[in-house]
Amino acid sequence: MTLTDVMPATDDRVAATPKITVRDLKFFYGSTMSLKGISLALAPNRVTAFIGPSGCGKSTLLRVLNRMYDLYPNQRAEGEVLLDGENILKPDVDLNLLRSRVGMVFQKPTPFPMSIYENIAFGIRLYEKVSKSELDGRVEQALKGAALWPEVKDKLQTSGLGLSGGQQQRLCIARTIALSPEVILLDEPCSALDPISTARIEELIDELKSRFTFAIVTHNMQQAARVSDKTAFMYLGELIEFDDTRKIFTSPSVKQTQAYITGRFG
Amino acid sequence: MSEHIVSSFDQELEGLGRKIAEMGGLAEHMLSDAMDALSTLDTDLAQKVVAVDPRLDVLQREIEESAVLTIARRQPMAVDLREIVAAIRVSGDLERIGDLAKNIAKRTMNISTEPRVARAAIGLRHMSDIAAHQLKDVLDAYAQRDVERAHSVWARDGELDSLEDAVFRDLLTFMMEDPRNISFCTHLLFCSKNIERVGDHATNIAETVVYLATGESLPIERPKGRMVAAQ
Repeated sequence: MTLTDVMPATDDRVAATPKITVRDLKFFYGSTMSLKGISLALAPNRVTAFIGPSGCGKSTLLRVLNRMYDLYPNQRAEGEVLLDGENILKPDVDLNLLRSRVGMVFQKPTPFPMSIYENIAFGIRLYEKVSKSELDGRVEQALKGAALWPEVKDKLQTSGLGLSGGQQQRLCIARTIALSPEVILLDEPCSALDPISTARIEELIDELKSRFTFAIVTHNMQQAARVSDKTAFMYLGELIEFDDTRKIFTSPSVKQTQAYITGRFG
Repeated sequence: MSEHIVSSFDQELEGLGRKIAEMGGLAEHMLSDAMDALSTLDTDLAQKVVAVDPRLDVLQREIEESAVLTIARRQPMAVDLREIVAAIRVSGDLERIGDLAKNIAKRTMNISTEPRVARAAIGLRHMSDIAAHQLKDVLDAYAQRDVERAHSVWARDGELDSLEDAVFRDLLTFMMEDPRNISFCTHLLFCSKNIERVGDHATNIAETVVYLATGESLPIERPKGRMVAAQ
């Protein structure tokens, strides 16, 4: 047995048709180009990790995948991002619909200042008309999906802000999965959490990847190695190496990748 | 490869490398002294070989401990991870080589009281020259991360296997010639097995060097040089 045998492998038969295909993506903050022609594919029901030093463009890339950047002026993307074959960068794309299909969880837990129940019900009501009993069911389902239900089932009407950081982050994941998205983007979801809460989130990703496609940005190399199937290493707005995670972390092909993941520059 | 941002990480890896080098030097000496002792039935030299072995054991223990500590402390990746895994593996092989040399030395002490056919040891000498050469080559390959050299060590292992077969036949002949040779020759038979095992450990190290340098593993099947055992 070699070391690579114990690292998660990607089953390429399942990953045949990409969920998201990025083609020659360029991104501009004003006149500054921060993504310089990125091309890669996110396999369905797989976790793709994005690593690289600060400013390499990994969070920018994530923000393009559900057009979060549209909220800000002077930012624009060129190229193609195909979600199930459809280019989401086209101007006529319904952004609300897109963001319900491609959900996002941020670095800092961002529960709304309302009850735990409402944190989840709010989003569902925004997109759908559902009866009270159906809503109750959906809230419970989402909280169960995010492995938070046992901890909050007796205090659904208390404020979401009263939860611990790790619970808040799982509440945000529950809020995201309540809308039944197809893709979930995680932007450093554990960087503000303690190791136990981090482990819970990682376990959750593992459980949920049979239902969703994940893209995760993380500064924690070990986390990328643990949770992802594919890893993309980015540097200065370019995709340096994109390969199976087991390959990237045991014997990467590109010297720069090796230097970064072994702590030799950055 | 350039240095780590955290310089103490480099020091830890260098420390591992130094200890491997020391183990390699000791194992080479033990093997050559054990063979000299066997050829001349020199019990003093044999005793010296036995006395060195604990140092090898201690070094192996130290390498394992500091490797485990480095893994816990640094969570090494890629070439660093392979470097540490390689250190653990190579130290294990070198420790075993020490044990095999020690065993030859102990047998030397045993048979020195009743020496029989001196010429029976000539084949063993030839075997051990090859094993020593393999060991030296593979230690150099390890030190220089030289994949080509490691590969040639790996490819040559079959030679030693073939020689062991030849030695086996010779010793069998001596035993058949005169049953009083049986005890003496049986010890030599074990010694030849030991030398052949040294070659196997050198081959293990060669495989580790290739893994360390490239991340790739050599085929599980090794080149075979062994002839069908004596009928």
